[in-house]
Amino acid sequence: MIVSFIHRAVMQGIPLLYGATGEIITEKSGNLNLGIPGVMYVGGISGVIGAFMYENSLPDKSAANPFWAIAIPLLCCLLGSFLIGLLYSFLTTTLRANQNVTGLAITTFGVGLGNFFGGSLIKIVGADVPSITLSTTSKFFSASLPFAQNLGWFGEIFLSYGFLAYLAVIVAILASLFLKRSRVGLNLRAVGENPATADAAGINVSRYKYLSTCVGSMIAGLGGLYYVMDYVSGVWSNDGFGDRGWLAIALVIFTVWKPNFAIIGSILFGGLYIVHNYLNQLIPMNMSSQELIKMAPYVVTVLVLIFNSMRNKRESQPPEALGLSYFREDR
Amino acid sequence: MTSAKERSTHEKPFHIVKRTDLPVWKSWLIRIAAVVASLIICAVIIILLTDDNPIQLYATMIQGAVGSPRRVWALLQGVAILLCISLAVTPAFKMRFWNIGAEGQVLIGGLGATAVMLLLGHSLPAPVVLLLVIVVSILCGAIWGVIPAIFKAFWNTNETLFTLMMNYIAIQLVSYFTYIWSSNKGNNVINTINVDNHAGWLELPPSIDRYGYLLNILIVAVLTVLMYFYLNNSKQGYEIAVVGESINTAKYAGINVKKVIIRTMLISGALCGVAGMLLVSGTDHTITPNTAAGRGFTAIVVSWLAKFNPLFMVLTSLLLVFMEKGALEISTVFGLNSSFSDIITGIIIFFIIGSEFFINYSIKRTHAKEAQTK
Repeated sequence: MIVSFIHRAVMQGIPLLYGATGEIITEKSGNLNLGIPGVMYVGGISGVIGAFMYENSLPDKSAANPFWAIAIPLLCCLLGSFLIGLLYSFLTTTLRANQNVTGLAITTFGVGLGNFFGGSLIKIVGADVPSITLSTTSKFFSASLPFAQNLGWFGEIFLSYGFLAYLAVIVAILASLFLKRSRVGLNLRAVGENPATADAAGINVSRYKYLSTCVGSMIAGLGGLYYVMDYVSGVWSNDGFGDRGWLAIALVIFTVWKPNFAIIGSILFGGLYIVHNYLNQLIPMNMSSQELIKMAPYVVTVLVLIFNSMRNKRESQPPEALGLSYFREDR
Repeated sequence: MTSAKERSTHEKPFHIVKRTDLPVWKSWLIRIAAVVASLIICAVIIILLTDDNPIQLYATMIQGAVGSPRRVWALLQGVAILLCISLAVTPAFKMRFWNIGAEGQVLIGGLGATAVMLLLGHSLPAPVVLLLVIVVSILCGAIWGVIPAIFKAFWNTNETLFTLMMNYIAIQLVSYFTYIWSSNKGNNVINTINVDNHAGWLELPPSIDRYGYLLNILIVAVLTVLMYFYLNNSKQGYEIAVVGESINTAKYAGINVKKVIIRTMLISGALCGVAGMLLVSGTDHTITPNTAAGRGFTAIVVSWLAKFNPLFMVLTSLLLVFMEKGALEISTVFGLNSSFSDIITGIIIFFIIGSEFFINYSIKRTHAKEAQTK
């Protein structure tokens, strides 16, 4: 049971890990993108649209080409979330709009876009299928290593996931190395801490903000793709993604802006998200206490936030200029 | 390296300057132009999706928003609630305290009202219950709002992230209590509370108020005027503005910044509590985790678009609620998904946010001569 719990926790954690890694990279440039929940919805639905178009164009579903079945949704997802990231960067960096307002508008817009196309895609393209069920393409997304089943608990905990899950961990590690060790990562952090100083040092602040926000959005969008194509096996349901986007933002705080901590953190949050199902089997619980347990990730995040601000250690603070737009003449 | 950078900035054909001298009418002209532009874009999108003529479309929209007396009242009720929450977040925003926890503060206020109505509704006389509902919901909202403020004041805890998390804690608390108090065991729905004696219901007799929205609207109208004077004509409102401009200036002027932060968030949370009470005791007479329905977030946009001016907020909240109801009608008539209204709202907000740039900044041509000499 513990093994299956860890397995499920990891699967719950992967979308959060993508969201958190993307948001960390974004926030390091000083952009507090509260549109991440919307970005993840758009990433998910873009992938769904791509996969839906591909599946409908096939004369025979069993003849699906594994390469295209993965590449089309993946590219659509990256493109969709890139465009949303671009929209956010344009409004906040070029037009210097307020980041909180823009982010919340992006969330409204993105969630609306996801649910709208999820609910109306069939009607719009005039396909004669009852619901969006992308089992053909999702099969390729959730394919795990063939020998994983023969390896007992080890196989189930470490080897039983689709390729996007491993990609999430790799991206998080790369992001962590990038921020800590590379020159560009250092520049990026400088932009987030003090854009005026970075500007004076010859760093193009706008370019960094644009790039980090767009790349961050693309990474976060993959979380949405993983959720619909792998976790729920290609069946889109409106609002199915739930509040995972906000949980990803919570995870950013919880892991004090470090993508490598986010790997463990996401599994922990994923576990907290589903632990009530398992506790139920050990000690009988009523439905009401489950709701209290679901509160845990947020409470823990608040405690971490308070603890870090009280300790006032430099490394565990949000980027200094988080949430502020930069205008050179304001100095 | 410096020379390369200098060249790159001066070779740009345009540069951006902050402007301070734009007349008010011009700034409103820009905003109206933005709304019109966004409506045109929306129309194009709708036509692409539905193949219907645009005039027909806008007629449907207006029909949906104000097509019958009932719809007009529902529109005004929607405006009142959104406006109330927008008023609530405004003092905090003016102080540059990003309270994005209105959603949670409204819910906790509503939860307080629900608790009083459910638990005391049949043991105390109705007027006492109503009084308790008002006091408890305001208190609950204020407490939920002041917790992040205390931490901000003493330890500089990031208030945006703190208030955001408090929303979800509130939502889970409400879903916990909807299980506990559910009318039929296990279906987590609280049926309309106190149908028999109307204890704790905030209402006027049906002869005066046919649809049951009038009292809500009147209360919010009074609050709007009060908030206007509080922000513009009171000492406390002035202190809020100074703290928002610069904390150091405020300290130098002898303002107790900690006190102002905590006091302002008490007011902000309390007003959210009022909104929660208007929703639970004034309209729905029950609560669900979705009672606030995202208004806590929309209110932020409303307040910001109105430049934190309570009177302009009437207009901005009217615009957003009107578009939402109109888009909802379009989606029903044309058989589209109801989330369509969120897309429309999003597009309009993007345009208005973008237009602020042209109000605050002007793009000037860099003169050729100037570029050469430098």
